[in-house]
Amino acid sequence: EVDLEERLQELDLRSDSDIPDVPPPTDSTPEILKRALSGLSARWKNWWIRGILSLAMISGFFLIIYLGSFMLMLLVLSIQVKCYHEIITIGYRVYHSYDLPWFRSLSWYFLLCVNYFFYGETVADYFATFVQRREQLQFLIRYHRFISFALYLTGFCMFVLSLVKKHYRLQFYMFAWTHVTLLITVTQSHLVIQNLFEGMIWFLVPISSVICNDITAYIFGFFFGRTPLIKLSPKKTWEGFIGGFFSTVVFGFIFSYFLAQHQYFVCPVEYNSETNRFVTECEPSELFQMKKYSVPPLLQAVLGWETVNMYPFQMHSFALSTFASLIGPFGGFFASGFKRAFKIKDFADTIPGHGGIMDRFDCQYLMATFVHVYITSFIRGPNPSKLLKQLLILQPEQQLSVYKTLKSHLVEKGILQPSLRG
Amino acid sequence: LQESESENKLDGETASDSESKSEFSGSSPVPTSDDTPEVLNRALSNLSSRWKNWWVRGILTLAMITFFFIIIYLGPMVLMTIVMCVQIKCFHEIITIGYNVYHSYDLPWFRTLSWYFLLCVNYFFYGETVTDYFFTLVQREEPLRILSKYHRFISFALYLTGFCMFVLSLVKKHYRLQFYMFGWTHVTLLIVVTQSHLIIHNLFEGMIWFIVPISCVICNDIMAYMFGFFFGRTPLIKLSPKKTWEGFIGGFFSTVLFGLLLSYVMSGYRCFTCPVEFNNDTNSFTVDCEPSELFQLQEYNIPVVLQSVVGWKTVQMYPFQIHSIALSTFASLIGPFGGFFASGFKRAFKIKDFANTIPGHGGIMDRFDCQYLMATFVNVYIASFIRGPNPSKLIQQFLTLRPDQQLHIFNTLKAHLVDRGILGSLEDA
Repeated sequence: EVDLEERLQELDLRSDSDIPDVPPPTDSTPEILKRALSGLSARWKNWWIRGILSLAMISGFFLIIYLGSFMLMLLVLSIQVKCYHEIITIGYRVYHSYDLPWFRSLSWYFLLCVNYFFYGETVADYFATFVQRREQLQFLIRYHRFISFALYLTGFCMFVLSLVKKHYRLQFYMFAWTHVTLLITVTQSHLVIQNLFEGMIWFLVPISSVICNDITAYIFGFFFGRTPLIKLSPKKTWEGFIGGFFSTVVFGFIFSYFLAQHQYFVCPVEYNSETNRFVTECEPSELFQMKKYSVPPLLQAVLGWETVNMYPFQMHSFALSTFASLIGPFGGFFASGFKRAFKIKDFADTIPGHGGIMDRFDCQYLMATFVHVYITSFIRGPNPSKLLKQLLILQPEQQLSVYKTLKSHLVEKGILQPSLRG
Repeated sequence: LQESESENKLDGETASDSESKSEFSGSSPVPTSDDTPEVLNRALSNLSSRWKNWWVRGILTLAMITFFFIIIYLGPMVLMTIVMCVQIKCFHEIITIGYNVYHSYDLPWFRTLSWYFLLCVNYFFYGETVTDYFFTLVQREEPLRILSKYHRFISFALYLTGFCMFVLSLVKKHYRLQFYMFGWTHVTLLIVVTQSHLIIHNLFEGMIWFIVPISCVICNDIMAYMFGFFFGRTPLIKLSPKKTWEGFIGGFFSTVLFGLLLSYVMSGYRCFTCPVEFNNDTNSFTVDCEPSELFQLQEYNIPVVLQSVVGWKTVQMYPFQIHSIALSTFASLIGPFGGFFASGFKRAFKIKDFANTIPGHGGIMDRFDCQYLMATFVNVYIASFIRGPNPSKLIQQFLTLRPDQQLHIFNTLKAHLVDRGILGSLEDA
């Protein structure tokens, strides 16, 4: 251990001198709030600011939900771009690399490329009818991967050509930093959008569970907190963790109950080519139809009921809230560790009292991936229209053999009546 | 005789020590150990050191190429295993460089975590490939079926375990180091593992899609070196001072020609052109099929410009040879950028070679740096221009749909087939 310490002292990287001092946090609280709260002590003032901003964010969230799926997609995209910008800016500061040739343009270019790739993959699936009508879009979709790859390669070659003798290592560090950031922010924002298309409830319940866990863990910690949870975040306590877990499960349960009743939240988002709008109308799947469940004997004594009417989705909400409370916080610890490693207090100063957008969304990222994997593993089968599209691209002989296999399968299962000869 | 780009003059590097203060200072290059086998050392003891170096490189090059032919002969299974080994070795080399750069051998848990992440990502990719190509085998065995049905969930759970272990292993004094190594590991995984799996996908498409691209990159290396050696005058790029425009252009034309010839020879053999399939009855890989139209000779009209040069009016060619022009062009024009990237990386971290595995050449990574871009390109090329979707994968997805969805798709497909005249309207076969 001592040996490691000595070696660490030698290197610039480990000493604090190469990381610039954290600039004093700029106070971006709006003037009106400052005047309204001028009477209070600093601690209460901070509380009030955080509280008001939390309410503002939650209201904003509800407003956008009301405005519909398209606005939600735009919101997700804006958040992604902002998070990317925040993390890249931290990288610039850490490496003093504002003046690297080309680097800012390249970072934004790579963001554009990766977004283009992902949107092309999702959009093509969901907007099939829209795309079929337009010739240029068909071309873009058919060779989408090739075009995306060519765009990325251009960026790669520009990077290689931009390498300057004195700054090789810096440039490689920024290149890697950019790619890791893209991996984290862009892929997960697209998973969020895919979850959204599955049904707004798959977007709302996970996000709300994470927010609820944050808030209730804080409240439980405030009132009952005694035992520290992890050295990384000294303010977290076991009491807050466990209390947050139980509250979030209950919250998820109740919240799902209310959302499951409305088609607006439950139906997959579809694009109607005639009205050129998104519609959420369908026959609710069996996940969202009330069923009778027998209460296990253990709980019967407690609750006094023998059976209960529930939506099957509420069972899934258990899994979602459990993940949000138990594993989601690791995303927060990761971000805390990152901030301590690079000696920053917050990712940015965008939201007064809260920090940057990334500070609010650090726990959400693991959640988005989990929900997506959960849906593809346990809920949804493949997308029928995508399957059909692929079937139609096959060679005629392949189509024929697939047709025969399918037919024999359907007949075997009794779904298709064997047709009579003649 | 191949010249590795890593043989750049490091003496020119000392001038760059006056770099900005956030650069590392004073980390010296890893001294290269001479692990040339004794037998070679004795045989070449009489020659001057420059010629000795040439001979060592030449012999090793021939040895590697021979080895390549042997494993091709041994079949797809051995090839897959070799790709896997090369991948692991490349990962190990790059991670070791990371350890050296950051002096982080003693970081708690980190070696274990790196290997664990490598295992997870490989598990994920192999599971995806195996499910596609070994579909019937998987359906038969019950444990495999469950593993394949919940494959993504299991892979994600495994990765998350590693992620949580990383968070729990964060130690106060070493936060930044640990985050750097975490980032380093993930970028390495991205480069090394994804591309090795793309190579395996290409292999399953047909051995020719594996052999021709790799050979084109090797040929371009060798040819560019030769043209540079004999005719080289104008430097190409500051990053690799030994590369010249003459070598670059000469290499381009030679590689295109080489690709055409090699494709011509290979297209005649089924074992190269047929997709690799797993035969359930014999439990082995088979490459036997009716060659697709890509690999059937066709008559092409020679453009008027070339007719006077070549003297023929038409020529018999495989359509695949046209594609080989695209592949060799990429290998000669864009592939070298992978090499420049690796050169820049080595200069940035002040290393001469990635490792010392191959005498005279350096590490495995040094040989494979240009291949990586090529593998992705071939995969994207095949997916965009050659192959349609995989029918058995489609059937597999179909079977997981609900009955009403299945019926809807079946009827749409039937209508489409009837429409195209592929299926007679009254036929019920």
